[in-house]
Amino acid sequence: MSSAVKFEQVTKQYGDFEALKGISFDVEEGAFFGLLGPNGAGKSTLINAMSGLLVPSSGQIRVHGCDVIKDYRQTRRLLGLVPQELISDPFFSIRQLLELQSGYFGLKGKQQKAWIDELLHRLALVDKADAITNQLSGGMKRRVLIAMALVHKPKVLVLDEPTAGVDVDLRHTLWEFTKELHQQGHTIILTTHYLEEAEALCEKVAIMQKGEVKALDTTSQLLASHPFRYVRVSFEEANPDLNEALASRLVESDASGHLFKVEKEQTMSEMLGMIHSSGLQVKDIRSRDATLEEVFMQLTGAAQA
Amino acid sequence: MMEFNFAGAWALFVKEVRRFYSVAVQTIFAPVVSTLLYLLVFGQVIDTQIEVFSGLNYSQFLIPGLVMMAILQNAFANTSSSLIQSKMHGNLTFALLSPISPLEFYLAFIAASVIRGLAVGIGILVVGSIGFDLAFNAPGWVLLFAVLSAAMMGGLGMLAGILSDKYDHLAAFQNFIIMPLTFLSGVFYSIHALPEIWQTVSHFNPFFYMVDGFRYGFFKQSDVSAGLSLVVTVGFLLLITAINLILLNKGVKIRK
Repeated sequence: MSSAVKFEQVTKQYGDFEALKGISFDVEEGAFFGLLGPNGAGKSTLINAMSGLLVPSSGQIRVHGCDVIKDYRQTRRLLGLVPQELISDPFFSIRQLLELQSGYFGLKGKQQKAWIDELLHRLALVDKADAITNQLSGGMKRRVLIAMALVHKPKVLVLDEPTAGVDVDLRHTLWEFTKELHQQGHTIILTTHYLEEAEALCEKVAIMQKGEVKALDTTSQLLASHPFRYVRVSFEEANPDLNEALASRLVESDASGHLFKVEKEQTMSEMLGMIHSSGLQVKDIRSRDATLEEVFMQLTGAAQA
Repeated sequence: MMEFNFAGAWALFVKEVRRFYSVAVQTIFAPVVSTLLYLLVFGQVIDTQIEVFSGLNYSQFLIPGLVMMAILQNAFANTSSSLIQSKMHGNLTFALLSPISPLEFYLAFIAASVIRGLAVGIGILVVGSIGFDLAFNAPGWVLLFAVLSAAMMGGLGMLAGILSDKYDHLAAFQNFIIMPLTFLSGVFYSIHALPEIWQTVSHFNPFFYMVDGFRYGFFKQSDVSAGLSLVVTVGFLLLITAINLILLNKGVKIRK
């Protein structure tokens, strides 16, 4: 499958600070791709470089084979960015903004008006179409940004923390809409702090830290490659006295029990043996694989150490 | 062949015009009224005492200067305030994400600032012509200097807007550069009325040539030749355009 976006040795330098340290990877056409990492990892810098909001210090970014610097007109027609920061305009209504943005792309006429109407409808903005963006709530402004990003029907939609500060209902609506766009063939690139969202939506994930890609794989492969699985045990004893073997595997304790991480090569019988030898009475026991959050913590935590 | 996104540039131009038109009281009517107050105060008081050019009373001399001052200040204000506001509100991002080139971006903003400058200038001329006897001996020159000067000041406003990170920076630019250069450009006087040293200094002020050339269009009289004024005005316009295009192409303070 061909690349929707190709990063080749992309760097960005701010004085002595290296925000991006030679990033190289591909996002395949039609993929739902997650870009994860802690604050300051360089995710937004990379996205902004791809969208033309900043100029990389070196390297090359191609969108559907077009260079984002040399062929910027083509790449900007191919890309739609939902930026992280909320944006407002005190002079224009939502509909006017969408019409103006269409104009920047040379799009007008009945078909474009119909598309704007559809966007307003799909993003539940019809009632507010004639409102000035300054008068809108944060969630509404986020929806306006999504409509603005889609006004020219880009092949690649980039969402930079789209659900930050958004209530549960709206978050659900946004993901349903995004999934639908993906099913229609759009390539989606997403950054989010909600790792359960990335796990549920993204087929492939890159984990960034300090301007570098720490891991890049399919979500299922990243989860499978995690060396531990997790066992939650609740004991009959209120304050169980864990033996050394259990204590060394303890991740956390709370009202619902104790969470242990166990090497994948260890069998459940061995784990049960450890519990049995501690002499504790088990009320309940559940085993599960790692979540993307645990993979993320392990990768970024290990790098920090 | 070089592509020109005419539709995109036009949309940005329309947006910029609609932006200032939506607050026309502040952007058009207020400058017209405040400029007419200058005319009322200075013109009426000094009218009988001074004859600056032969056969002209002071009010007649003053009106073109005031019109040009208003054109310069409003053309500057249009681009500079639009850019700084767009930066502050973040909505500059929308234009930056579009397939509009730096040249198209520049031309759209400058064209809008020319429209605002002309709107204010025409407003003053219309009201001024009711109470005063105004001659348009060379209307082509009037229009030429009005457009070129507004474009130059629109360019200067864009430069200020690009370089400013906050309103304070812009205010400094406006109060310490634009305002003194405007007031010392011969709006209120002929530089021949100044001591020789200040006449020489005035020749280094590009705004002087814009005011003087514009005034030539009304009276066919000026402090320096209209041709020289035209060359200086066009020269500065090209210089400011070149600086802006370099900054926009590099993305200085815009594409971080």
